[in-house]
Amino acid sequence: MAGQVSAGDTAFVLAGAGLVMFMTPGLAMFYGGMVRQKNVLATLMQSFCIVGMVSVLWALVGYSLAFGPDCGHFIGSLAWAGLHGVGQAPNKDYAATIPHLAFMIFQCMFAVITPALITGAFAERMRFRGFVVFTVLWSVLVYAPIAHWVWGAGGWIRNLGALDFAGGTVVHISSGTAALAAALIIGRRRGYGDAVFASHNLPLTVLGAGILWFGWFGFNAASALAANGLACNAFVVTNLAASAAAMSWAAAEWVRHGKPTTLGAASGAVAGLVAITPASGFVAPLPALLIGALAGLVCYGAVQLKWRAGYDDALDVVGIHGAGGILGALATGVFASRLINPAGANGLVFGNPHLIATQAIAVGATVGYSFVVTVVLLKAVDVVMGLRVPEHQEETGLDMSQHSEAAYGF
Amino acid sequence: MKKIEAIIRPERVEQVRRALEELRYPGLTLTEVKGHGKQRGVRQQWRGKEFVAELLPKVKLEIATADEDAPMIVRAIVSAARTGEEGDGKVFVLPVDDAVRVRTGEGGDDAI
Repeated sequence: MAGQVSAGDTAFVLAGAGLVMFMTPGLAMFYGGMVRQKNVLATLMQSFCIVGMVSVLWALVGYSLAFGPDCGHFIGSLAWAGLHGVGQAPNKDYAATIPHLAFMIFQCMFAVITPALITGAFAERMRFRGFVVFTVLWSVLVYAPIAHWVWGAGGWIRNLGALDFAGGTVVHISSGTAALAAALIIGRRRGYGDAVFASHNLPLTVLGAGILWFGWFGFNAASALAANGLACNAFVVTNLAASAAAMSWAAAEWVRHGKPTTLGAASGAVAGLVAITPASGFVAPLPALLIGALAGLVCYGAVQLKWRAGYDDALDVVGIHGAGGILGALATGVFASRLINPAGANGLVFGNPHLIATQAIAVGATVGYSFVVTVVLLKAVDVVMGLRVPEHQEETGLDMSQHSEAAYGF
Repeated sequence: MKKIEAIIRPERVEQVRRALEELRYPGLTLTEVKGHGKQRGVRQQWRGKEFVAELLPKVKLEIATADEDAPMIVRAIVSAARTGEEGDGKVFVLPVDDAVRVRTGEGGDDAI
């Protein structure tokens, strides 16, 4: 079988896995800089621990459930538990020119970052023990099934023909929806509404955003699972969408408040990256610019709606990943082109109105499932061990109360 | 002996230090503080939500002087620290019972 493995493809996918892994500590810093100083370590800890927990879980059961032999188009079997049968030979269903292990480890990093995204919604008030249990359950009961539906061989959404190149539904819509559920169930932070909780270290946030942008080249381009022209298309449109969105979010602030902010530009870039994720292997550069520009505006608007609606999604996971992911999934239905990717489909603009309907079904199913199951999991964890820290611990800060640590040496 | 406590803008520290050096009074202690007098806070923006930060960063300088030198030092500080805008700060003069130089044990005016 050695002749079938491509060195270039394998090198690229492994590098891509490294880039996507790097996004989780990057996300940790993006979030960490935004919270108050007394909670920065707890915020970083959540993301960092997720790398460890989900990586282990993925090898033990997660990968098999998500990508293993199909059961009822809903979930994979446990035939590949412990990575049994996942070796150095390629798996033709998923990526014919790279070792199966390469595909697995690349996918692992997606499984890692998805629950890490949700932590932004319940930042500054979640009990560590409850967080650990919730994350483990969510990874197995929400992420794995949805990944199976959209990407797994035999998955029902994949069979429907919905397009998700790098995880708009699987990663962003699922986590954005779960974030909404979490914000509603866990409740607002003490003092929310009376004041804005100013970020304690925006330079760290901007660094994190830069790392996310960089890592996203792996997230999108390496989803081609080959070092080829399609990967280049994904790479290029990723950069264009991020750029356009950073500028459009900043422009929206400039118009509304008289000045663009650093946090706005950084947030905009992330919004653009989210939106282009499902579309990156299907759309051309100019539509990508439009998608990015729209994402900056739509996600900025979604955040403003949050202020009106009153729920406390502390770091705007819903507005950026939820709204951005939905925008991206539907935009894929509009702008996808067989000229970019013959294995995809044409969208509305190229004469096919059916794709956008399929995309909408995928969006609806993901939102519905993620929301309901997340609510159930949160309620269950709350009953067994409590989700939220007591009031005085929230006042003192999670770093001290959950970890007995101080971030900057006092 | 007097102690002068001057709360000034952080960005004026260099001017004030140069002025004190010229008067042969280079010794000082600097603390970073927050506060406000009549000055309103500053408007900031966080993802589209505006808010007012009311406690503003300032710098507190503490300088020990001989009784007769205090007015001169105060004038120099005020002149170097002033911008003319609200938020320039305040200077206080307090009495001091005694001072001791740690290295030599000298007391009184010799210690300043």
